[in-house]
Amino acid sequence: MDNIEDLLKNAKIQPLGEAALQVSFGETINPQYSRCARSLAAELDKRALPGIKEAEVGYTGVAIFYDPLLLRKEKVANEDPNLSHSFQVISNLVREILTNLKLSGEDNSPKVRVPVCYGGEYGPDLEYVAEYHKMTPEEVIKKHTSGDYLVYMIGFAPGFPYVGGLPEEIATPRRSTPRLIIPKGSVGIAGSQTGAYPLETPGGWQLIGRTPLELFRPTDMEHPSVLSAGDRLEFYAISEEEYKRIAAQEGSGTK
Amino acid sequence: MNILVKKSGPMTTLQDLGRIGFQKYGVLVNGAMDSFSSRLANILVGNSPSEAALEMTMLGATLELPAGSLFALTGADLAANIDGKPVPQFRPVYVTKASTLRCGFSKRGCRGYFAIAGGFDVPLVMGSKSTYLRAKMGGYQGRVLQDGDSLKIGAISALAQKFIQKLSAKASDAAAFISVPWFAPCDFLFGEEVIRVVKGQQYDWFTPASIQDFFQEPYLITLQSDRMGYRLDGKPLERRDKKELVSEPVTFGSIQVPADGKPIILLADRQTAGGYPKIASVIHADLVRLAQRQPNYKLHFKEVSLAEAEHLYFQQEDYLTQLADIIEKRLQ
Repeated sequence: MDNIEDLLKNAKIQPLGEAALQVSFGETINPQYSRCARSLAAELDKRALPGIKEAEVGYTGVAIFYDPLLLRKEKVANEDPNLSHSFQVISNLVREILTNLKLSGEDNSPKVRVPVCYGGEYGPDLEYVAEYHKMTPEEVIKKHTSGDYLVYMIGFAPGFPYVGGLPEEIATPRRSTPRLIIPKGSVGIAGSQTGAYPLETPGGWQLIGRTPLELFRPTDMEHPSVLSAGDRLEFYAISEEEYKRIAAQEGSGTK
Repeated sequence: MNILVKKSGPMTTLQDLGRIGFQKYGVLVNGAMDSFSSRLANILVGNSPSEAALEMTMLGATLELPAGSLFALTGADLAANIDGKPVPQFRPVYVTKASTLRCGFSKRGCRGYFAIAGGFDVPLVMGSKSTYLRAKMGGYQGRVLQDGDSLKIGAISALAQKFIQKLSAKASDAAAFISVPWFAPCDFLFGEEVIRVVKGQQYDWFTPASIQDFFQEPYLITLQSDRMGYRLDGKPLERRDKKELVSEPVTFGSIQVPADGKPIILLADRQTAGGYPKIASVIHADLVRLAQRQPNYKLHFKEVSLAEAEHLYFQQEDYLTQLADIIEKRLQ
């Protein structure tokens, strides 16, 4: 385990074009880097500095998007003429935040419970995944519902979680031919990743089930994505009847 | 008042300056490909620069405009006419009687912008009127325009109202529209100079020979190019460092290189994150010229420092501010 203070001190800051920069805490998928990234993003959101448009949490760090025009008048001590003014303003700010950053609490956050109807038409690849690992479909479901999952980032599609923590025993390569349409709510496996599709899209994941939850809610300005980076997840199995009941509730917007 | 879409053209969408603040939820930014032209079109009709405009790609739309409306066309020259009479670009145009504006194939540039005084009265979705095609939301019913659509015009600003009065006093019965003798000069949008870039985060992952190729060889904008990105064809770029990149955020102009070595420039409808190494990033000031390049055009890249990129960005923004000041005085 890396020392958190060192991670924060040694963060790498690189330009991402001239109107954004990337702060990285490492190069691999690691809960520690993710925690540093989320804490930094939360602090930036809290400070709501003029000139900063948004902070986006990634696996290993945070991208900060800013408007150089609005940072034009900020002062920079010992300015480096080769770097842009705005890059220096934001990097100095990030360094300052990182020296005093309090990391967000981790273990006390409640798990988000995601109901999944496994197999059948909802999970057409469950049988394949079971055969691939010489297990029964029930054993695959048991493994999938027992994982300790962390949402590292939201991306690829709105509300789509990049989830780590899939038990290695059911890690399964992507399908050789991607499907043109993956129904909304599909829960799948791709290598050692698992996740759920908030929208109908094409994709190559092995589909083992489907959740009736609306993971993306564009009318909710505060939380258009039900899941956020840093959420701990738990999948639990439901019957088809329960799936239909929850889906009807979600559809009527009572949630 | 409404605009009736008689013919939509193949790829006409409503776009403003994009959806800001939701990338952390995987929500795309979207917005105008050429944000200079979209802002200018709105400024010319007395709107806020952040109002939405119609972005028309390669082939423009045919629109039935109500009498008394004020519009502007910027960006690509879509050879627009009303009753066969050419409609000038880069200036406000007043419609004296209900008329049909016909846009054709682009004579210059790739994306034309149409703004109307009052803007488009569509709901804001997450703070923006931009069309988000994949999520089927924003813009006009979350999709590209179709023949027969009817676009509601919003409330006209006091500035535009004053200007409309001024122009309507000059209108004669004969002409379907009248305009002004002045215009906002924007030839730079169509300049053929090199596209300038700054180094990408994984610049060092490429072989020195490939970095040399990237800056010396031409890269063709292929037909598989759209608002999401331009797929380029040219000398494949090789990596010396084959380590795997964990998906990380990308930006407007990021040039990523997949395994086949053919670069892709990420544009307005890019995903929020990508797992391919980024060799470079197109500078903000050159994104507008890039957005106006048609497929089959050969691009050449040149590296500039981050400081220079910022300087050029300020220059372009200052130019738009100057134009906006002058236009506002003329409208009064």
